[in-house]
Amino acid sequence: MSAHDHHHGPAKGLSRWLYTTNHKDIGSMYLWFSFAMFLLGGTFALVIRAELFQPGLQFVEPNFFNQMTTMHGLVMVFGAVMPAFVGLANWMIPLMIGAPDMALPRMNNWSFWILPFAFAMLVSTLFMEGGGPNFGWTFYAPLSTTYAPASVTFFIFAVHIMGASSIMGSINVIATILNMRAPGMTLMKMPLFVWTWLITAYLLIAVMPVLAGVVTMMLFDIHFGTSFFSAAGGGDPVLFQHLFWFFGHPEVYIMILPAFGIVSAIIPTFARKRLFGYDSMVYATASIAFLSFIVWAHHMFTVGMPLAGQLFFMYATMLIAVPTGVKVFNWVATMFRGAMTFETPMLFAIAFVVLFTLGGFTGVMLAITPADFQYHDTYFVVAHFHYVLVPGAVFSLMAAAYYWLPKWTGYMYDETLGKLHFWLSFIGVNLLFFPQHFLGLAGMPRRIPDYALQFANFNWISSVGGFLFGFSQLILLFVVIKCIKGGKKATAQVWEGAQGLEWTVPSPAPYHTFETPPDPSLIKAQ
Amino acid sequence: MASESSHSVYYVPEQSKFPFFASIGLFLTVFGLGNILNDIAAGSPVMGSTGIALTGFTILSVILFNWFATVIRENHAGLNNDQLKRSYVWGMGWFIFSEVMFFAAFFGALFYVRQLAVPWIGGEGAKGITGDVLWPEFQAAWPLLVNPDPTLFTNPHDGLNVKEWTPGFFAGYLPFWNTVILITSSVTLHYAHVALKAENRKRLIQWMVVTVSLGLIFLGLQALEYIEAYGHYGITLNSGIYGSTFFLLTGFHGFHVTLGTFMLIVMLLRCIKGHFKPDDHFGFEATAWYWHFVDVVWVGLFIFVYCL
Amino acid sequence: MLSKAKLWLSLALGTLIFWSAGLHAAWDLNMPRGVTQMSRDTYDLHMTIFWWCVAIGVVVFGAMLWSIINHRKSKGVQPATFHESTKVEIVWTLIPFLILIAMAIPATRVLTAAYDTTESELDIQIIGYQWRWEYRYMRESMDEEEVSFFSVLSTSREEINNDVEKGENYLLEVDRPLVIPTNTKVRFLMTSADVIHAWWVPDFAIKKDTIPGFINETWVIVEEPGIYRGQCAELCGMDHGFMPIEVHALERADYDAWYAQQQENVRQIQQLAGSAITMQDAMAQGEQIYNRNCVACHQAGGVGMPPVFPAIAGSAKATGDVAVTMETLVHGVPGTAMAAYGRQLNPIELASIITYVRNAYGNSTGDLVQPADVNAYIQEGQ
Ligand code: HEA
Ligand code: HEA
Ligand code: HEC
Ligand code: CUA
Ligand SMILES: [Cu+2]
Repeated sequence: MSAHDHHHGPAKGLSRWLYTTNHKDIGSMYLWFSFAMFLLGGTFALVIRAELFQPGLQFVEPNFFNQMTTMHGLVMVFGAVMPAFVGLANWMIPLMIGAPDMALPRMNNWSFWILPFAFAMLVSTLFMEGGGPNFGWTFYAPLSTTYAPASVTFFIFAVHIMGASSIMGSINVIATILNMRAPGMTLMKMPLFVWTWLITAYLLIAVMPVLAGVVTMMLFDIHFGTSFFSAAGGGDPVLFQHLFWFFGHPEVYIMILPAFGIVSAIIPTFARKRLFGYDSMVYATASIAFLSFIVWAHHMFTVGMPLAGQLFFMYATMLIAVPTGVKVFNWVATMFRGAMTFETPMLFAIAFVVLFTLGGFTGVMLAITPADFQYHDTYFVVAHFHYVLVPGAVFSLMAAAYYWLPKWTGYMYDETLGKLHFWLSFIGVNLLFFPQHFLGLAGMPRRIPDYALQFANFNWISSVGGFLFGFSQLILLFVVIKCIKGGKKATAQVWEGAQGLEWTVPSPAPYHTFETPPDPSLIKAQ
Repeated sequence: MASESSHSVYYVPEQSKFPFFASIGLFLTVFGLGNILNDIAAGSPVMGSTGIALTGFTILSVILFNWFATVIRENHAGLNNDQLKRSYVWGMGWFIFSEVMFFAAFFGALFYVRQLAVPWIGGEGAKGITGDVLWPEFQAAWPLLVNPDPTLFTNPHDGLNVKEWTPGFFAGYLPFWNTVILITSSVTLHYAHVALKAENRKRLIQWMVVTVSLGLIFLGLQALEYIEAYGHYGITLNSGIYGSTFFLLTGFHGFHVTLGTFMLIVMLLRCIKGHFKPDDHFGFEATAWYWHFVDVVWVGLFIFVYCL
Repeated sequence: MLSKAKLWLSLALGTLIFWSAGLHAAWDLNMPRGVTQMSRDTYDLHMTIFWWCVAIGVVVFGAMLWSIINHRKSKGVQPATFHESTKVEIVWTLIPFLILIAMAIPATRVLTAAYDTTESELDIQIIGYQWRWEYRYMRESMDEEEVSFFSVLSTSREEINNDVEKGENYLLEVDRPLVIPTNTKVRFLMTSADVIHAWWVPDFAIKKDTIPGFINETWVIVEEPGIYRGQCAELCGMDHGFMPIEVHALERADYDAWYAQQQENVRQIQQLAGSAITMQDAMAQGEQIYNRNCVACHQAGGVGMPPVFPAIAGSAKATGDVAVTMETLVHGVPGTAMAAYGRQLNPIELASIITYVRNAYGNSTGDLVQPADVNAYIQEGQ
């Protein structure tokens, strides 16, 4: 029966999107969803930046400010960056490994559709009595339990179902990669994006359940009288932090490993030279993933852990610089003696390497425990993680979008606008986050709606940068819509130097691809 | 045409309404639950919220039932090739791994409070100054019978934990019998599997009945154990960290046993209906893995929660 | 074409920065060096790692830039074909590793020193509250008067709401600073009464979380007399940004005099609490206390922010039975943000604020509560 329908195109109308099992449709939905969340989370950020433009309280109440900070962090991390990578995984992994679709297509759609509901519930808390979550995206107990607004219950359930979505998504990715590779696609021939996603999915399955566990403990502390996070009953608020960061630290690598994969695809293409050190890239990724499980307490250097613990977590954290360094050096070596051109994806990729490394350096500084006593919970940390997340993770997503847009839509995007988007973003992001290093070092704590006068200058610059960066993103929206509508026809190959199976199918990629496995001779070492 | 020989082609299902409506069901379930909890906290009636939660749960259950039924039907129709079956195997395997990590969080919490937090509050170890300054009265002990602040968390009654580890003691020790029961059920399930592979349907059904019964007995005993804990020992969710860790660990385990038993019952019914072939019974195997996993978790619980 | 755009942008930016430089003076780029051995060690460590990172950055970004300039297709270059070299890869795994060891050694030394809390000459307990600090000087013997007080932001709401010019120490000033002696090893025992806060003074390089139910220790030897400021550094709810820290370090002799004076004050209050206050005094002092302690939640004019923060004006608890008002103030409302003020305010202050809420904002019960009544109420509870 259904075997005949296989060669049909997509269904018509809304049902195509609601009921689809097609990895490309689901990938597109993830990408659009995440972009919407990016604008929403960005809007929250702009509320923050507007309030911080000048000392004094101008626009929002302190309590609402805290809700903005919290929602901004949550929406960006769980709503924008993670789903965007899942969207790319959906679109590209089957194309890259020569599979007809994801391994479990219906579950794939379920993973996606949980998300809009989860976020609807999360964002609706802002309108509830007592306000939305106001305890930071790290929701430390007991601020998030005994002292939380009633809406915390919905926050907890939103995290639960979001976690379920992530776990199902990751199971799908792993099953696809391990089981659906075309004949000849050995593990060590897989594109690095596939490798990094395999490892990311593993991280997700390992840590999302721990997050589910910790929010469950919160739920019981709040509603059923348990004492996990209360010393009066023998518990400990710091226990919350250990559990949270056991999830939270791997989580930040979940947001960067796929980015590494993307950059490892783009740089060789535009340098017209094979990626340097493929094997070491794979091993480095695995090492980072392994280390990410034993460094969590570097977020907790000031909670008063015993000395031995402090030392252990300091050393382990510092070690991560080694495999990450290997990756950075490999990218540079790939560019070295290549024949480079600088289309928009390459610009974003190069900016990624530079600015991510900068964020990595501040990461190593934070890892030095006594120095972290000064940096912790200041804007220095805010600067660190935005450098790895915005010109890190988000730039890699932009690079990916430009790189694969022609494959998705069948048309070339507008290169001039792309470059404009890049330069405005590049300038904006640095104006926005570079001064935050100074603010932090000079002593400005994070999560405050108002500050002392000596912080006024750099905050002012940062806010200007924030608005510049934020509004520049509307260019991307415009470019994408324009590209979908039409333009110069894209060839199958699209980019002169591009390697890999996704470039062997026509542009736009047909609704169903690789229903029969590709010719093994097409599969080359990366 | 390729579509004619679809057996060797990976089966990509057509559009499906299940996922979207399952999302709605899931959403209504948790949204309703959240409202119930907040209503209780605010002292308002919970009728409306319960309605939402039940509607959601019903939708979710009906859909999952049909979803699984569809998968089974597709398999019977021969649409699933070996590769797709491997996908299911990977899927189930990694799902169980995620469950392992969920329990790891609670075990981690248990180890943390026992090894670090409670001793510190009791004035021992690297941060023993906590006890000296803030809780001078409090003595660290496990099980925790006297809470640091008994006005906030009611102390359990005395008389807990007189474990002597003699044969006589074991004879009357519920958790010990529960361990025996659960391990036995894993063995009987294994024999059912053997019988299935040997195409001995009658044996299969007999062993399955035994396994399901053991599961149910376990749950019954666990209920007794809870009644005992609440009534006799005064160990409650509200009685401090001992009760908190005890009930969440054993409670989530019990919840998994319930689910596992339910799955076993479904498998039993399918066996009776004549489903499964010696070389094609992944639904059965997945259930079996799940059951063994639940068993292993129990052994961990028995050692770390009950014995040590 | 592009470079022209960049030129314009940098010109515009340059102008903006110059212009804003006139507005505010501070352009601090780096961490303060501080006034303790600890803070100087930390600063040096910070600079060491910083320069290492700069050096690595110069090499890595230099190599990149060089490739970008010289190995671009528009120059007609042919791409090379090499794609691995075990030797090179081992080198660039080892070198960072060695650099890290070079960083870890001084870091370990500084950290170990920071953990040495033994042999302190003065112990002070620091307790975080939403949103104020309590400082309790640990007594040598129980016979001494206990010196302990709360320290609250003293910047006015008008400054925060931009109604008046902001003062020099905007948001960094308190009503009663912590006072410590110089050149003395002072040990801090930190805890919290509600949520987690963090006590941070950059000039001491001390930042430590205050965890409810647990004690964290740290220590300081301040060498220079002076005023040092800091802030709460852990998100602790609504007014997290408004609970600063101010420390006055005094020469030993000055400190001793100050401490003796504090003890004297305690004795005086104990005596005064026996005598009566007038309605006028009570209302005046009550207003002060209200503006300092209560206005954040119950707002100017006592209108509150319902539903979370009830209004004082017309409140049943403020206009009904005196005992209920007294209970609300002395014990707080457990499980809500309404804290217990029984320990935070002395009996005279309590009597004033209770009188105040019962007679201000249109509440006109007309009764005057005396310190003795408060004392009696507190005693009764025990
Ligand atoms: C994508 C996300 C991402 C990434 C990749 C990283 C990467 C790193 N992070 Fe970051 N981090 C965050 C996201 C991320 N972080 C977030 C979100 C927070 C704050 C959470 C919160 O509190 O809200 C945080 C906070 C944070 C802290 C806690 C700070 C505090 O609260 O006090 C620390 C401390 O150790 C830290 C360390 C590191 C380190 C060592 C790395 C390393 O992986 C970096 C490694 C990279 C390099 C070092 C550069 C390249 C290497 C070379 C060129 C080789 C040679 C270099 C040397 C020898 C130095 N991070
Ligand atoms: C991937 C994650 C991610 C990303 C992309 C960003 C992006 C940005 N972030 Fe941040 N941020 C976090 C993760 C992220 N952030 C986290 C985890 C925290 C910690 C939270 C916590 O402390 O709990 C944080 C905290 C944080 C703070 C500190 C808040 C505080 O401590 O109180 C600040 C302050 O400047 C900030 C600013 C910004 C800005 C200006 C952007 C910009 O890049 C945003 C760009 C703006 C847009 C994209 C908006 C575009 C929208 C429009 C132009 C409007 C159009 C509207 C419609 C069409 C409807 N973020
Ligand atoms: C951190 C916020 C906060 C501060 C500061 C605060 N309160 Fe309250 N107050 C509350 C909250 C919340 C309640 C409501 C408690 C409840 O739910 O019953 C409350 C209740 C009250 C009530 C009872 C009102 C009623 O009708 O229920 C009075 C009177 C009161 N506070 C007086 C004061 C005074 C006087 C001060 C200052 C010394 C003060 N409060 C400081 C938060 C605060
Ligand atoms: Cu107290 Cu932040
Ligand atoms: Cu981390």
